[in-house]
Amino acid sequence: MIFNNPDLAAIWLTIKLATLTTAILIVIGTPIAWWLAHTRSWWKGPAGALVAMPIVLPPTVLGFYLLVAMGPDGPVGHFTQSLGLGLLPFTFGGLVIASVFYSLPFVVQPIQNAFEAISERHAEAAATLRASPLDTFFTVMLPLAKPGYLTAMVMGFAHTVGEFGVVLMIGGNIPNKTRVVSVQIYDHVEAMEYMHAHTLAASMVIFSFLVLLGLYTLNPTGRRK
Amino acid sequence: MNSVIHARFKLDYGGFSLDVDLELPGRGVTALFGPSGSGKTSLLRCIAGLAHAPDGFLQINGSVWQDHTKRIYLPTYQRPLGYVFQEASLFPHLDVRRNLEYGMKRVPVSERRIALDHAIELLGIGALLAQKPDTLSGGERQRVGIARALTVSPKILLMDEPLAALDLARKQEILPFLERLHDELEIPILYVSHAPDEVARLANHIVVMDGGRALANGPLGETLARLDLPIRLGEDAGVVIDACVGTRDAAWHLLRADFDGGQVWVRDMGTPIGAPVRVRILARDVSLALVRPDQTSILNQLAGTVVALADDTHPSLVLVRLQVGNTPLLARVTRLSAHLLGLQPGTAVWVQVKSVALLG
Repeated sequence: MIFNNPDLAAIWLTIKLATLTTAILIVIGTPIAWWLAHTRSWWKGPAGALVAMPIVLPPTVLGFYLLVAMGPDGPVGHFTQSLGLGLLPFTFGGLVIASVFYSLPFVVQPIQNAFEAISERHAEAAATLRASPLDTFFTVMLPLAKPGYLTAMVMGFAHTVGEFGVVLMIGGNIPNKTRVVSVQIYDHVEAMEYMHAHTLAASMVIFSFLVLLGLYTLNPTGRRK
Repeated sequence: MNSVIHARFKLDYGGFSLDVDLELPGRGVTALFGPSGSGKTSLLRCIAGLAHAPDGFLQINGSVWQDHTKRIYLPTYQRPLGYVFQEASLFPHLDVRRNLEYGMKRVPVSERRIALDHAIELLGIGALLAQKPDTLSGGERQRVGIARALTVSPKILLMDEPLAALDLARKQEILPFLERLHDELEIPILYVSHAPDEVARLANHIVVMDGGRALANGPLGETLARLDLPIRLGEDAGVVIDACVGTRDAAWHLLRADFDGGQVWVRDMGTPIGAPVRVRILARDVSLALVRPDQTSILNQLAGTVVALADDTHPSLVLVRLQVGNTPLLARVTRLSAHLLGLQPGTAVWVQVKSVALLG
């Protein structure tokens, strides 16, 4: 095996983090994307901009404010302490919450685009066929938005795997708790262990390529007109 | 009140308003006819609940679907209706069978009156069941769309220009199926169209719409023969007569269509004797004479009376409303001819019909 134990721990932690983050994002991203796709409210612009912020913000900025908010004097910190949960920074939980913010636009935007591309006519047709709005959502909208969901899952997962700045700010570098692959690579380089860094980095390159290859070949929107 | 549709809607949006209060027959095909932007589709959408006219009233054969005074407003999915869109709007992720089953599964078994197989047979789509919508032709898609609307066993069928997106050949393919619907199902059909030939062929009753108002609302034959209506049919002005095949002249390939007040010879298309047929006579194909013409190529000559005269689309022309027995007819003649013949209400004339179209 080319990976040593700390490497494997980092890989396992990264996969766990990315999977959990993606799952949470699909659940909370769906109503956000639905609202953004259908609202005519004045709030659509500001809300859309807010969701997209992590794309342009340096991860350290996002990580810094999350750290402050979740810290002992921050509003989130007060809240978690009052619930007896303690503080979130430097925990796996804190990392998940930070990742959710960080990867939000990469999940919301593909789903939103998919919803926007579905003709209003399909919802109307479903209504004339006795389907309630919720029924229509699950039997017509979700299946038609499937390509968008596939893109969202791949992008959300891959983007979470690739994060570094936010992890350092929120999670630090605790083995088995917050030390993900990107941080492990950084550690190897710091320690001048270039061969270890190489194996991990090259694995990331191959992983990213395979993920994107899968996305572009599986996603039916790319093949049809 | 049985077998009656009562619809009252007021709707305003940017530059367009709909304002109608209509009583329509609760059976047969009612055409909502008018140019684009006349409000006919808006009216249909209000009936379906796809557009919400806040202070509206809608009652379909005894059941109230909307009444603002009683705060009743059924959402679309609780209205037992079938809706056929201009584009078939089939669900692209489901094959034809699943598209058909989608609505049926959502109707309680006790309320199902149209079997899936019946709808499939009625529209002739048995061979298409395993296909996805994007592999179907436009005509096939629309037939599936109509069958899908029937599978919910609707109490009313709403059709929004179902043939408008199709070419002539596809229209000819679907029209016979639409006629079968009308003949075999006891459901009132509201049929939105701007095509006079479709209306002439399918409708029993017509509502003429313009600018969001209903200008006329009556039985087809009578309404088409009215002169006071700006039914700007232009070249298409004319009447539709329900007749019945009286006899066949096999040697000359002709059929005699008998109606209340007269008979006309039409091309023999194989219709059996005794069968009901519908004939259409355009005003421009009718000429008038004071004495019975002889030695003319025109076969169909009917004795009639002038009822009224009215301005036509061009100042050189007049529209003449005639009565042949109990059947009204329209003739388009030049103002000069009308003057030379001294046509006025009550004048007895010979009505010559150059061409009669047999519809279905």
